[in-house]
Amino acid sequence: MIDSYESIMAQRADIMRASIGLDYAKYETGVVAFDYERLLADTGYDIDTARQVQRKTAVGNTPLVELTNITELARTVAAPGMGARIFLKDEAANPSGSFKDRRASLCVHEAGKRGYQGVVAATSGNYGAAVASQAAKAGLRCIVVQEAFDCEGIAQPEIAEKTRACEAYGAEVIRLSVGPELFYVFLCVLKETGYFNASLYTPYSILGIETLGHELTHQVQEQAERFPDIVIATHAGGGNVTGTARGLLKAGAVNTEMVAASVDLAGLHMASDHDFNRKSFTTGHTGFSMPFTTWPDRADVPRNAARALRYMDRFVTVTQGEVFYITEVLAELEGLQRGPAGNTSLAAAFVMAQDLDRDRIIVVQETEYTGAGKHPLAQLNLARRLGIDVRRGDPRDSRPGESIVIPECPSQLTVVDVDLDGVRQSYIRHAIDSLAAGDQLSDADFMFLAAETRTSRHYVEDIVNEMRAKIR
Amino acid sequence: MRDTVYKNVSRNADVADVVARDTWVEIRRIELAPDQRAPQVPADTRRVPLEMRVKGFLAAPVCLGAQAEIITPAGRRLRGVLSEVNPAYSHGFGSPIPELSTIGSEVRAILREQGRFK
Repeated sequence: MIDSYESIMAQRADIMRASIGLDYAKYETGVVAFDYERLLADTGYDIDTARQVQRKTAVGNTPLVELTNITELARTVAAPGMGARIFLKDEAANPSGSFKDRRASLCVHEAGKRGYQGVVAATSGNYGAAVASQAAKAGLRCIVVQEAFDCEGIAQPEIAEKTRACEAYGAEVIRLSVGPELFYVFLCVLKETGYFNASLYTPYSILGIETLGHELTHQVQEQAERFPDIVIATHAGGGNVTGTARGLLKAGAVNTEMVAASVDLAGLHMASDHDFNRKSFTTGHTGFSMPFTTWPDRADVPRNAARALRYMDRFVTVTQGEVFYITEVLAELEGLQRGPAGNTSLAAAFVMAQDLDRDRIIVVQETEYTGAGKHPLAQLNLARRLGIDVRRGDPRDSRPGESIVIPECPSQLTVVDVDLDGVRQSYIRHAIDSLAAGDQLSDADFMFLAAETRTSRHYVEDIVNEMRAKIR
Repeated sequence: MRDTVYKNVSRNADVADVVARDTWVEIRRIELAPDQRAPQVPADTRRVPLEMRVKGFLAAPVCLGAQAEIITPAGRRLRGVLSEVNPAYSHGFGSPIPELSTIGSEVRAILREQGRFK
């Protein structure tokens, strides 16, 4: 007997509780507020504990590489005396080839500790391979649910590679056509198996990334005897920004600017079958980062532990063509074939370095492995096949889904700043929209919303009053 | 609903052949028909079903295109239409993209002017 969509969605809360073993309700302090820090602290994973768990599976301790040639290239287009040193944290050196191993390690460790027989993850990205790899080492069963192909059966090449990687680690891979009902299938699998929900958004998943921010701070101190001035993270669901920034703070890098960078895919619908393969990036793009920054609790857990808006000092976008360009530059000037999606932050770093003095330091905090499907050639060949115009030119002329414009020279790379104030207001609007009839915001709620948006109670009250005035 | 006939099933085996038990295969099935899809799904996605494809070892011999049961690597038993036998990983790189091919020599030339590259 298969449960209907409506029936499974109605059981969502119970399935979630059983599959994570966390009672999120006990952390609620208001109608929208919850005790975020206590939710994380109660897991017991501080930096040292997380590092010990990760060391057992060779996760972490990845090299920090100074990109001397790319820095030099940036200096050729920067004003005289400008051009910060760019460093790269080579997270591809993790067991399954990305920083996602850090997230998976604590999730799988926790699943084993709690006696679950297996783990399930809903992900089409590197995280699936990471969970599968960690589960293999821990002797747990693993199921990965992917959104993998369109109605013509055409697989996104990058996701096809993740399918292969997950299967190589012995996971069952459920490949689905396009649609948000992936979540329904995911819940069905959790209900049937009783496995652990190794969501990207559990506290474990976020705490696992803190080691990344912590590690890179110490590596920069060792190599350059200072704290990093800027750390840039490729931003999708918010975990990368959140965990890294928390790790930086714990390492004492309190004045380091945390920048989120996403590929601009404005205009392409995340749930559209037609648009699915017209996105040449499967992650690190605005299709995830905008909705998740403005409302993190849309995730596959009751409360998302990735809350990027709390931590980002700046949020920028770059185009697909710029990331493909910098991916080529990374391979040919630094001898590192990585990405492409993970190089989103590198494209942004290349631009932002030009605005800083030469003694400043920018850290690109991740790389990911490159391979069949996970490569600019695979993406651009598919784009061409679907009629997307691929050409050299000014990347600002590109239109996601219609054209990919690859810069003609390094000076054509730019970043576009996302209006963080608009993002904050959007977040508060989502929070108000989430209220049930009769819910009243308390002091705790106002303080929570101020912390979430890094604003003040006064700021939050103004927006709430404005919304109420409009409703009247 | 489960008896949907799939076009383009694998060409690795003749449809009339019985596929032996324990062969590594893929099955497909429709999880949600168009009229069962979630309310928030956009129109183009709503026109098509939510389809699932999973690989595993065939539990009992059947012909390609018939209802089959597999045992997945996680040990689950799943049923669906047998669609592929020993399915290939066909993703790759494809042809070089001319718009990318010259980037390396362009940026090396810039650094050569700086005396940094040979």
